[in-house]
Amino acid sequence: MSLSIETVRYVAKLSALAITDEEAQRMCKDLGETLDYVAKLAEISTEGVRPTSHVHGATNDFREDILKPSFKTEEVSSIAPDFGPSGFRVPRII
Amino acid sequence: MSSLVKLSASQMRAGLLSGEFTAKDLTSAHLDRIDATNTELNSFLLVTRESALESAENADKTIKQLGNKSPLFTGIPVAIKDMLVTKGIETKCASKILEGFIPPYDCTAVYRLKEHGAVILGKTNMDEFAMGSSNENSAYGPVRNPWDKSRVPGGSSGGSAACVCSGQAPIALGTDTGGSIRQPASLTGTIGLKPTYGRVSRYGAVAYASSLDQIGPFGRTVEDVAMALQVIAGKDSRDSTSIGAPVPNYLEELACAKGKGLSGLRVGVPKEYFSQGIDPEVSKSVHASIKALEGLGCQLVDISLPTTDYALATYYIIGPAEASSNLSRYDGIRYGKRSKNHKSLAELYASTRSEGFGQEVKRRILIGTYVLSQGYYDAYYRKAQQVRTLIIEDFKKAFSEQCDIIATPVSPTTAFALGEKTSNPLQMYMADICTIPVNLAGLPGISVPCGLDSKGLPIGLQLVGPALEETRLLVTAQAFMDQCPFDVTANIV
Amino acid sequence: MDNFEAVIGLEVHAQLATDSKIFATSSTQSGNLPNTQTDPVTLGLPGCLPVLNKRVVDFAIKLGVATNCKIRHESVFARKHYFYPDLPKGYQISQYDKPLCEDGYLEIRSDTGMKRICITRIHLEEDAGKNTHLDHEPYSVVDLNRAGVPLVEIVSEPDLRSAQEAAAYMKLLRQTVRYLDICDGNMDEGSLRCDANVSVRLRGAEKLGTKVEIKNLNSFKFVERAIEYEIARQSALLANGEAVVQETRLWDESKGATRSMRGKEEAADYRYFPDPDLLPLVVDEAWIERIQSTLPELPGQAFDRFRSNYGLSPDQCELLTEEKLTAHYFDQAASVHNNPQGIANWITSELFGRLNRDGMAMSRCPISPQNLANLVKLIDDEVISGKIAKAIFEEMFSSSTSPASIVEKRGLRQITDSNQISTIIKRVLDENPAQVIAFREGKTKMMGFFVGQIMKETGGKANPQLVNELLTKELA
Repeated sequence: MSLSIETVRYVAKLSALAITDEEAQRMCKDLGETLDYVAKLAEISTEGVRPTSHVHGATNDFREDILKPSFKTEEVSSIAPDFGPSGFRVPRII
Repeated sequence: MSSLVKLSASQMRAGLLSGEFTAKDLTSAHLDRIDATNTELNSFLLVTRESALESAENADKTIKQLGNKSPLFTGIPVAIKDMLVTKGIETKCASKILEGFIPPYDCTAVYRLKEHGAVILGKTNMDEFAMGSSNENSAYGPVRNPWDKSRVPGGSSGGSAACVCSGQAPIALGTDTGGSIRQPASLTGTIGLKPTYGRVSRYGAVAYASSLDQIGPFGRTVEDVAMALQVIAGKDSRDSTSIGAPVPNYLEELACAKGKGLSGLRVGVPKEYFSQGIDPEVSKSVHASIKALEGLGCQLVDISLPTTDYALATYYIIGPAEASSNLSRYDGIRYGKRSKNHKSLAELYASTRSEGFGQEVKRRILIGTYVLSQGYYDAYYRKAQQVRTLIIEDFKKAFSEQCDIIATPVSPTTAFALGEKTSNPLQMYMADICTIPVNLAGLPGISVPCGLDSKGLPIGLQLVGPALEETRLLVTAQAFMDQCPFDVTANIV
Repeated sequence: MDNFEAVIGLEVHAQLATDSKIFATSSTQSGNLPNTQTDPVTLGLPGCLPVLNKRVVDFAIKLGVATNCKIRHESVFARKHYFYPDLPKGYQISQYDKPLCEDGYLEIRSDTGMKRICITRIHLEEDAGKNTHLDHEPYSVVDLNRAGVPLVEIVSEPDLRSAQEAAAYMKLLRQTVRYLDICDGNMDEGSLRCDANVSVRLRGAEKLGTKVEIKNLNSFKFVERAIEYEIARQSALLANGEAVVQETRLWDESKGATRSMRGKEEAADYRYFPDPDLLPLVVDEAWIERIQSTLPELPGQAFDRFRSNYGLSPDQCELLTEEKLTAHYFDQAASVHNNPQGIANWITSELFGRLNRDGMAMSRCPISPQNLANLVKLIDDEVISGKIAKAIFEEMFSSSTSPASIVEKRGLRQITDSNQISTIIKRVLDENPAQVIAFREGKTKMMGFFVGQIMKETGGKANPQLVNELLTKELA
């Protein structure tokens, strides 16, 4: 199965990735091969098998409703690329 | 080169406590070693010279005050894979998208080492966001295998493996999601342990595949690996997936078991791991090692883990799916590198991420997004989770009915040449066929060096245990290495 | 438009009033400077992990029990993916396949009696941060204080049939979360938010019409107005033979209309999957029972009790049980003095009026329920007159003292001694002969004058009934 270019572009959009035409072609091939390979799972019967989301089967881990001090705004500003007193700056959201 | 860098960590501790040398000497020796070898190996992305020397000075004070009551890692130099967040020290996961990111908090495992007096030498190179099996996916150049510098050290923790192998540090931390500690350990003739999923906290380990990731140690001796595990293992309230079971005294167990053989231990040998995909020399060496275990009193049992053949496919659905999710946060808004090429918000996201991520990372994000998307979720992701259950049951059955430990090869080949597998991603993925099932099952696995191939390249033996049986793995590994010594300091010259 | 029937479902988000966030340790408070309530998890830093706040689960179970839901034994957290600057991780942790609560209901009072509105599900999730668009700047700014605040999403079945029913349901939901002390229900501050799904079909038709989602309904008024507008809009389209477009619309208060939200082309693919960082949530019977035992009397129960125990009118019961605090206040007052109607009147007219005048909440009421009850008792015992009581009430409000002490201090005891009053009456009549003659000539209005004089002489303390009785006798 080779993935269609449209699918690759759609998935790239969904992932917020911009890919060039050349990349899209390459991805078509690479992803197509990988997806072909992983599709072999269809061979194996999983009738009535419960999917595993958490490997050790534990449940319920909580913390108490206790407040801890926040980062100071200087700490936040020191790691942020574009930050001001009103918040993180981003291009205008229409 | 100072001979200090050839010592094991426990020998270093003995020397520090006896006053034979100071922590400052020890750290300086390692910093010199890094200076002399890093340009060629490229194992370190960042060397924290000043803070390391400062920690060493503090360690000397501690030793003066507390003597042998000094915490276990006082003055011991360690290297940290750049996948682990280090407070005040740049952490970028070998990716451009996190270039310049200085975390305001510490990874729990790193914090625990520091609390025990460890001297952090710096951050080691890796495959970008831990995606790779050769350390050729780093945005900062590949790491070279000290055994043969035209070859890869394995991945994704290639830097940590090369570092320990070449004497740049006695112990390094790595992460293992599909084999990223064990496989490079195997290719570099070092010892690498992936603990049971949840044995070590993932808080501060940058997430790749959350249900598979574990932090683990590299060392040149089993005792050193146990030393590191002792300190980093244990419940962390900041990680809900970390396990609350008490941490055994691994060092005591090892000391007790030393020289006593392995009588009665049933070693399962799964036929699926010795298929034609494995290099004949690797197969031969691993079989010989398993025979040696028999010589130590083990009983060999032929077993079958029938779902093994589907493990790689399962992993390359679950891993990328979780990765595509975990990497959604990298957008240059709150931290990290932000693209300058954007006019709109959509462009900000797209160009930051496209400029910041390498090809392999992009590939896995796209696969992951695809297998989670509407219409494909059931056929791919849900199906993979079901097959995962079957893999877990295979191991459960083997351990409950047939054997106490399982022995397999680690890697189908020894170290391959740089550039050999980079043109075909799927071919590269095959490097992990022996290690991946262990992550899917959440079990502990260790790689111990068991021989050299005809090119003089190291081969690794993998031992897998039931959940939380790290002691059993360490004891077996110790007995094996005592019986079949391997020159772990061959590249420390 | 009468041959069309509206079908409405509401999706309500309520912020839970815990101290810390659902998966992070920073504060849930609102109104603080931007980005002063952050931590690694709130910022979505590399390597951070969510840990579930137990109290959030307690609150959600409480709501589930109070709305007659089935509490799921094992529920799961799922990641919902989309890219937006107020969503730090690029995904929201929510619940998808296995929500915490299902199949509940609330009963609203409608014109035709009690109506059951079914609740499909209640699930837990985290709130996003806030985006603000600055008017003259080419950029927007993101404040993450709100990111990670715990939310419950309450989804109703499309059982509502009118804008009024929708508003009634919202009011009851708000009342319920306030009674449970799990949410302050402030729609204008955003602690309670409502999205409406509105469709219209021919009366008697089985199939549902195309539904339109309306957002930005942050008051009861808007809920009602927007839904009414939308019903009319859709009915008009259908009556005209046109189709209703499935879309999301915003309520524009300034225009009194809903308008289409541009820019949402394809349906989003959220790629839900179970969050591997959070363990499945198992709620056993014991936990549910524990929560059940802490449940206060619910609004509907309080209303019914007030009706049957106190015999008050439905309107008064509604007013008095609107807030749990008020109901409790009333209960305390009524237990001190057995005149529920009298106490009810004083609370609903005088007390509420006075509190409103000062913009004061009931929680800060300076008059204790015991003192209010005692004031009514003093009237009922004829120690003071109703008019004097009002003056005493004022002083009680400003000084928080007991009515008895004010009566004593200011000598406000009612004069009920007939002899004393007769003496005063005689004196007043003696001092005002002209008015007496006028009265005898038929100017009955002079009664008022005499009463006024008598009240002046007695400082308003003479018992009015007695004054009237004795005055009438004297003038006869």
